[in-house]
Amino acid sequence: MTSLPTPSSNQKKLGLVIDLDTCVGCQACATSCKEWNTQGYSAPLNDRQAYSASPEGTWLNRIHGYEVKAPEDEQSRIVHFPRSCLHCEEPACVTVCPTGASYKRAEDGIVLVNPETCIGCKLCSWACPYGAREYDYDHGVMKKCTLCVDRIYNDNFAVEDRVPACVKACPTGARHFGDLGDAESKVSRLVAERGGYDLLPEMGYKPVNKYLPPRKRSSEKMKATPSEPETMSEGKSRVDDFFRWADRLLSR
Amino acid sequence: MTQPKIDTSLKTWDEIKTTTCYMCACRCGIKVYLKDGTVKYIEGNRDHPVNKGVICGKGASGIMQHYSPARLSKPMLRVGERGSGEFREIEWEEALTLATSWLAKVRSEDPKRLAFFTGRDQSQGLTGWWATQFGTPNYAAHGGFCSVNMAAAGLYTFGGSFWEFGEPDWKHTKYFLLFGVAEDHASNPIKIGLGKLKARGVKIVSINPVRTGYSAIADEWIGIRPGTDGLFAGALIHELLRNRKVDLDYLARYTNAAWLVIRNPGQADDGTFARNANGEPLIYDAVIGRPLSAHRADTSPKLIGEVTLVDGRRAVPSFMLLAERFLSDDYSPAKVAETCGIPADTIRRIAAELAKTAFEEELCLNIGWRDWAGRIHDKMIGRPVSMYAMRGISAHSNGFQTCRTLHLLQIILGTIDVPGGFRYRPPFPKPAPPGIKPAGKPGQVKPNTALPGPPLGFVTAPEDLLIDKDGKPQRIDKAYSWEAPFAAHGMMHTVIANAAKRDPYGIDVLFLYMANMSWNSAMNVAETTGHLTAKDEATGDYVIPHIIYSDAYASEMVHYADLILPDTTYLERWDCISLLDRPISEADGPADAIRQPVVEPDRDVRPFQTVLLDLGARLGLTGMTNEDGTPRYPGGYADYMVNHERSPGIGPLAGWRGKEGVFHGRGDVNPKQLERYIENGCHWFYELPDHVKYYRHANRDYLEWATSFGFIGRPDPIVFQLYLEPLQKFRLAAEGHGAITPPEEYRKRLITYFDPLPGWYEPLEESLRDHKEFPLHAITQRPMAMYHSWGSQNAWLRQILGRNWLYLARSRGEAMGLSDGDWVNVISATGRIKVQVKLMDGVNPHTVWTWNAIGKRSGAWALAPDAPEAKKGFLLNHLIAELLPERDGGYRYSNSDPVTGQAAWYDLRVRIEKAEDGSGISAPQFPTLKSFGWIAGRRRA
Repeated sequence: MTSLPTPSSNQKKLGLVIDLDTCVGCQACATSCKEWNTQGYSAPLNDRQAYSASPEGTWLNRIHGYEVKAPEDEQSRIVHFPRSCLHCEEPACVTVCPTGASYKRAEDGIVLVNPETCIGCKLCSWACPYGAREYDYDHGVMKKCTLCVDRIYNDNFAVEDRVPACVKACPTGARHFGDLGDAESKVSRLVAERGGYDLLPEMGYKPVNKYLPPRKRSSEKMKATPSEPETMSEGKSRVDDFFRWADRLLSR
Repeated sequence: MTQPKIDTSLKTWDEIKTTTCYMCACRCGIKVYLKDGTVKYIEGNRDHPVNKGVICGKGASGIMQHYSPARLSKPMLRVGERGSGEFREIEWEEALTLATSWLAKVRSEDPKRLAFFTGRDQSQGLTGWWATQFGTPNYAAHGGFCSVNMAAAGLYTFGGSFWEFGEPDWKHTKYFLLFGVAEDHASNPIKIGLGKLKARGVKIVSINPVRTGYSAIADEWIGIRPGTDGLFAGALIHELLRNRKVDLDYLARYTNAAWLVIRNPGQADDGTFARNANGEPLIYDAVIGRPLSAHRADTSPKLIGEVTLVDGRRAVPSFMLLAERFLSDDYSPAKVAETCGIPADTIRRIAAELAKTAFEEELCLNIGWRDWAGRIHDKMIGRPVSMYAMRGISAHSNGFQTCRTLHLLQIILGTIDVPGGFRYRPPFPKPAPPGIKPAGKPGQVKPNTALPGPPLGFVTAPEDLLIDKDGKPQRIDKAYSWEAPFAAHGMMHTVIANAAKRDPYGIDVLFLYMANMSWNSAMNVAETTGHLTAKDEATGDYVIPHIIYSDAYASEMVHYADLILPDTTYLERWDCISLLDRPISEADGPADAIRQPVVEPDRDVRPFQTVLLDLGARLGLTGMTNEDGTPRYPGGYADYMVNHERSPGIGPLAGWRGKEGVFHGRGDVNPKQLERYIENGCHWFYELPDHVKYYRHANRDYLEWATSFGFIGRPDPIVFQLYLEPLQKFRLAAEGHGAITPPEEYRKRLITYFDPLPGWYEPLEESLRDHKEFPLHAITQRPMAMYHSWGSQNAWLRQILGRNWLYLARSRGEAMGLSDGDWVNVISATGRIKVQVKLMDGVNPHTVWTWNAIGKRSGAWALAPDAPEAKKGFLLNHLIAELLPERDGGYRYSNSDPVTGQAAWYDLRVRIEKAEDGSGISAPQFPTLKSFGWIAGRRRA
């Protein structure tokens, strides 16, 4: 079993804030993640039977679409839900690891797998209630989101590019990266403003990543009073009335 | 336990090169990371005007496209029957010699017997010019089956359009209507824009039969019945007029609302504009009390009131005709509600919201500007309502007029090119319509002679049509004939059927590029492959004798061609994203870009554009050969990009022109131009100063600048054509007026559909089908990760979506006893397919839909024959007829918009029946195509 680092008083908690109100489900984060990580720290992310009847590969981020209708909603909605490791403060996937391969970094809270010591027992994937870990059958080790640990501190990138590949890619700006341990950080303020929430808080793993819920819909956003319904038989007078109004002095 | 030490500054690459994405039509800037000459990672280029650093799901999968096992590797010559997949590999010299011999024969006898059609071609500036030089009018790209309704309606109405012609003012708009935009359209630009609206809390309303993709994040979804958007927009116009929420000043200044229309029923001038001796249209001046030229600035034009002209004829401002139409009961919310499937109250509320935003939340930018007449204004007033529309409008046979109606809605609110509204992207606006006429009239197509002008352009009168004295079409696709007079992008979807029927004539060579015409780009696939393999009974030869095809991948079309010219991937080539073609400009200024080869091909393939220039030189085409007969561009496409001049100082690339590279827009050839592009990340963007960022249709400084850049011929204001006189000229011709009149069988159709006023009519195919027998609409869209791409053979994207389903409304499905995964037969008047369903709430109850182009033919694209794309996936194309049912004396019109010839993919009506299934395989299935296999199974290193 693997122990967790003791959090410091001002513990850095790097993570993602994902805006479900803005995500259109375009898969940019998923494929950008795949292409970065298949050549980066997690490399390679396998693809099996890639051109055959049942292609399947390892992904560190998958997008699911759900059609939902809350009782108060007039219409159903389709919500796109990107799913990846939440870098929990108390991750069972770490504590369950028999070799110490699965670990939480003391300095920033990122949960990683050490491929050198991972024996591929899969206990961690059983322990994770979020389904965030994927087993790499080609290499016999567990793979998971690294929060692009090989990008966010990477001196070879310009400062503004030191963000996870998924955040860099996202065309709608639905993904935000930062320190959720700092209440004044941009991401923490976003969570506070928008009512960001934890997935399955009752499990007690204290996910660091937060999701921003879909915003209230139109009726609250815009109030205009529609005119009285038209009267059918008055077509001609409707035109004449309009002509009288529109017949005015205009200039070119 | 100690934490492992890891290197967080890994450098997994040794080089980064910039270029332009080609995974769809957006043409974003990308940075390609390379290690030992292998592509490792592709990301968005932060400095690029189109995507500003982001990348989409497709773009980030480009690496797998580049290393796809479906890549072709060598020229091939067919040795078996068409469709058999029996080819032999040949050398390029043999391939080019053979192609030249076929093409030279055609050119020396009758150039129009070459039909040269390109699909997802991003080099139309070159391909169109090549066709002109060859001398065939039979050229177009895929616009005729994609978006010509939008382009034509916009260009004829206000000299701009949606898509790359313009964009919502994402920064300032306060209310956004999104009409019929499939979730796959305009990948990053629209996503970036929607993200901005979301961040500002702007209300987004999506009008779409299906609530996926962009519609999913809209604040309000209006699940309209397909093909009725024009009626809905018309009802919004009705409400705005009825409630006096119209910008009359804007109409008087910038539109032809005040232009006087002659009322002279039955006569040759009826419905045309009253004009003075100089041919200038007239308005009636309220102060002076008589008609004056509409071109004058110092007038007080009346929008209301019948006028007697000097010669006694009666005339009315065109605005009266518009108002009468849209104030009629036909466009009242109560009347349209049922047809559109939208409650009348909802229509009235949306109209009220539009009015409130436009007129009560007026926007004012403190930026001075000078109007077309030289008058100085100290601020820019904006009405912050914006709209965007695309495929769901375009792909119906009423799409042209529907799109015109949407533009009318934008214009009566005063929202075109104002702060918060819809902004042009330079080189637009252009005159409405642009002044180019299509070439290819009888006498213009001559052996061994170039056409006198480009094959595509804008018809404004019957005199411009490409027909002979009997009214017979001159183009193989019948574009610019009485059947589709405004076919500004050609009609690629009719080429194969017409050629096989030799209607209007037979051809000798069909030359296609990047167009999967034997599969997902064909209406009625089985019939199309039949056309491609049809033989002449007398000679035993194929009716289409020679088919040349260029593609990078083993698509279904490869199997039906005779000579294959294998293209490179997008990372192995030069390209120019040119202002002479489909531009990538932003509203803030013009832009263009290049592709540079970031890796060398590892196969015996050549970039198509270089091959085309080579063929042009071998054929001795004037623009492609020097006087001594040597090739003009021996360095291939890159040579052309730098050294070609379309007119003096205007070339494919606008940036860094002149010997020193200091001129932009117009300037001499710069031998180091490509180096300058590469230094700048392979793109060029010229940001306009603030005073020319709005009101550009009437902004003198903008118009003068645009003239200097060659975007427009003269700095005249662009007047919006709400009443479209060219349509009336066709109506008059159909009534028997004028020198050129249509044959009898076309007359009723022209009189019906060539309405100079925007409006709505029921889509053609729908109007000819029994709605009880076929109660459902059937439409398609591509998944967001596969827009405009060749994506479903991509190893990553096919893991995300490797098959499609037919989606229908839960209420309807449950009433039929259907649940997810059940099999149904989908039956149209043309054919039937057997597919699996899924139920959902977010779809119009009278509509079924599916993902387009996921279904593949077994054996194609180097996929396993039992791939889900082939065995579970399907196309709706099998249900769609390329011709409408017989009418007007047995003639069958193409399944297209009667004005523009746009393919009417979404007019389809079907019924569904629960199917018993034992096989678990979708139907129809076609024989498995033979795999080429040369690089099958190859993966990236």
